[in-house]
Amino acid sequence: MIERLVQRLRQSADSGTDSSRAPRSSSGRRADGGERSEDGSRSSSELRSDGGVNASESSVNRSDESDPGQSGSLLEALRRNKFVRSLPFWLPGFALVAAFVYGAIGWNFLISLTDWEGLGEPDYTTISLDTYLQLLQDPAFRNATWNTFVLMVSFTVIALGVGLFLAILMDREIRFGNGFRTIYLLPMSLSFVVTAIFWKWMYNASDGVINVALQTVGLGAIAPDWLGDPRFKLWAVVIALIWQFSGYCMIVYLSALRAIPDDHYEAARVDGATTLRLYRRVIIPQLRAATMGATVVLMVFALKAFDFIYVIYGGSQPGPSADILGIMMYREAFSGNPEWAYGSAVAMVLFVLALAVIAPYAFAQYRRGDL
Amino acid sequence: MSNAQSGSTQETTESRFEQLGYRRVGLYAVLAAVAVLFLVPLVSGLMTSIKGGNAFATTLPFVPPSPAVATLEPWSTAFSRLGRSMVNSALVAIPATILSALFGSMMAFGLTKIDWRGQLVVVTLLLAAVFIPYQAVLVPLRQGWSMVGLEATLVLIPVVGDALAERTGLFELIVTHTAYGIPICTILFRSYYQKLNDEILEAARLDGAPERRVYRRIVLPLSVPMFAVTLIYQFTQIWNDFLIALVLLNSPENFVVTMELNALAGSMQSMYNVQMAGAFIAALPTLLVYIAFGEQFAKGATV
Repeated sequence: MIERLVQRLRQSADSGTDSSRAPRSSSGRRADGGERSEDGSRSSSELRSDGGVNASESSVNRSDESDPGQSGSLLEALRRNKFVRSLPFWLPGFALVAAFVYGAIGWNFLISLTDWEGLGEPDYTTISLDTYLQLLQDPAFRNATWNTFVLMVSFTVIALGVGLFLAILMDREIRFGNGFRTIYLLPMSLSFVVTAIFWKWMYNASDGVINVALQTVGLGAIAPDWLGDPRFKLWAVVIALIWQFSGYCMIVYLSALRAIPDDHYEAARVDGATTLRLYRRVIIPQLRAATMGATVVLMVFALKAFDFIYVIYGGSQPGPSADILGIMMYREAFSGNPEWAYGSAVAMVLFVLALAVIAPYAFAQYRRGDL
Repeated sequence: MSNAQSGSTQETTESRFEQLGYRRVGLYAVLAAVAVLFLVPLVSGLMTSIKGGNAFATTLPFVPPSPAVATLEPWSTAFSRLGRSMVNSALVAIPATILSALFGSMMAFGLTKIDWRGQLVVVTLLLAAVFIPYQAVLVPLRQGWSMVGLEATLVLIPVVGDALAERTGLFELIVTHTAYGIPICTILFRSYYQKLNDEILEAARLDGAPERRVYRRIVLPLSVPMFAVTLIYQFTQIWNDFLIALVLLNSPENFVVTMELNALAGSMQSMYNVQMAGAFIAALPTLLVYIAFGEQFAKGATV
C-alpha cells in the first residue's frame, strides 16, 4: 500500500503533471450543463479518495525517515505534489475553523452528556444521556421547540413570498430601480439589536407607531399590546424579521430572474400560455435553486433570532409565548443559575436542526457540481 | 395585493419593456407603497430621536417635531454613552475583518487554483460551518477561552502588558470572529477564483514560480473587487454581532456597541428618543458602508 502511494507520488513528480488522476481542470468545471453528469461522478470518486491522499502524505513522511537513500527524490516528489503544495494556503485557516467550529461542537456534545453546572471542570467519567431524557420531559423545551418551528417556517415562507413578489415587480426596466432596491435592502445592513430598538418603538402599546397609526385611522379599539399580549409576542418578532430580510429575498430572486433567457418567455407565449401558467410552469420552477439557497439562509437566520428577542423583551425571559431554543439555551447556560450541561444539550438540538436544514442543501449543491 | 400581482405578472409576459400606461402607474404605486412601509421604522425613529423632553410621547411618532421641541440632545446623550463602545467595536471589527478576508482568500486559492483530490470535502465542511448557529459553540467557547488564560499571557508583555490584559476580551473576540468569518470568506472568494483564467497561473508555474509567488503576484492583485465585497460583508457581520460578545465580554469597559446599546435601552426604558438616537449611532458605520458600497453589499448578500 505504502509503496504504491510513494510510487504514485514519484510518478506525478516525474511527469510534472498528475497523470494518475483525472484532469479536473477548472475549465472543465466551468463547462456547460452537458458535462455536468460526468463532472458529478468524477467528484464523488474524488471524495472517496481523499482519505487516501491524506494517508499517503503521512506514510510518505514515515518512509522518508526509514529510507534516507531516496529522500532527495521523495522531497522532490513532495514538493511537486499538489496536495502538499496547497497545504500552506488552506491548512492554517482550516485548523482555526476546525478548532472553533467542529471541535467546539464536539466538545459541546461531550459537555451535554455530563451533569456539569458550570463550576470547576466537567466530570467526563460519568457520561450519560440523562440530560437529553430530562430535556424531552421538559415542557419549556417542547414549548421552545414549537415556537422555534413556528417562527422559522412562517418567517421563511412569508419573507420568500414578499421577496418573490418584489422581484417580479422589479424585473423590468424601472425608473429609480436602484433607489427602490436600496430601500428594500437597507434593513439588512442593521444589526438585530438596532432592529429590535426600532421595533420596540413601533410596537409600543400607547405611543408606538403602529398603534398611533391605528388610532389615527379610527381603529384604536383593536390596537393590541403587541409586546405584552401572548397572542402577538411571537408574531411581533416574525414581522420585524420579515421587514429586515425580505429585501434579501428580493435580491436573490431578482438575480435569478435576470438569469432566465428571454426566449423562455417567448416560447411560452407562442404556446399560448397564460401569465399564471407561465409563472407556475416556467418561471417558478427555474427559481428552485434560488429558493433553496434563500430558504437555508433564512431558516438559519430564524434560528439566530436570539439577538432580536433578547433585546426587545429585555433579557432571556421573554415569557413562554416568545421563548425559542436560542433563548432557552442562553438562559440555561449563562443566566444567574447556570446549568451548562443542560444548555449544551439545548444547543445540540439547535445544531441538529440547523444541520437538517443545511445538509440537503449542501448535498444538492454537491450533486449539481456547484461547489 | 393579489390584483396588483396578477396585473404586474401579465405585464412581464406581454413585454418586459412596456410603454407607460395604467399598469405602469400601478406598478410604481405598489413599489412606492412598499418602500414607504420599509422606511416607516427608520423615519419614525429618526423623528423621535430629535424630540426633546417627553415630546415623543405626546406628538405623532412619524411627524417631524415642531421647532419648540426639536433638539439634538438625545443624540448627544446617546453618544456620550456609546462613544467608548464604538471604539471597542472598531478595535475588534477592523482587524477581524481584514484577517478573515485574508485567510479566506488564501484558503480559496489553495482550494481552487491548486487542483488536488478531495478539496470538495474541505469545501463542504466549510459550507456547513457557514450556517452553524453560534449557540452550538457558546459553552465550549467560554470554557475554552477561560482555559487558555490569554490574560495571564498578555500581562507578561513588557510595558504595555497591563493595558493589554485589561483588553483581553477584545483579543478573544478578534480571534473568535476571525475563525467564524473564515468559512464564508472562503466560499465567497472560491466562487470568484473559479471564474479566474488559469492560463496566466500555469505560465507562471512553468517559469518556476512557487505557489506563494503565484498567489501574491497574480491572484492577490486580481482579487481586489472580491476583497471589497468580502470586507464589506465581514465588517457588517462583526460590527453587528451581539451574541458572541455577550458571552465573552465581562467588564463594561470592553463592551462593544451592540451590548452597550442593549444596556442603554435597559437603563433608559421610557426614553424612546435617546434609544432611537442610540440605535442610529450604533448603526451609523454599517449604514455608511451600505450607502457608499451598496452594489458590493448586494453582491455579498447573493453570492
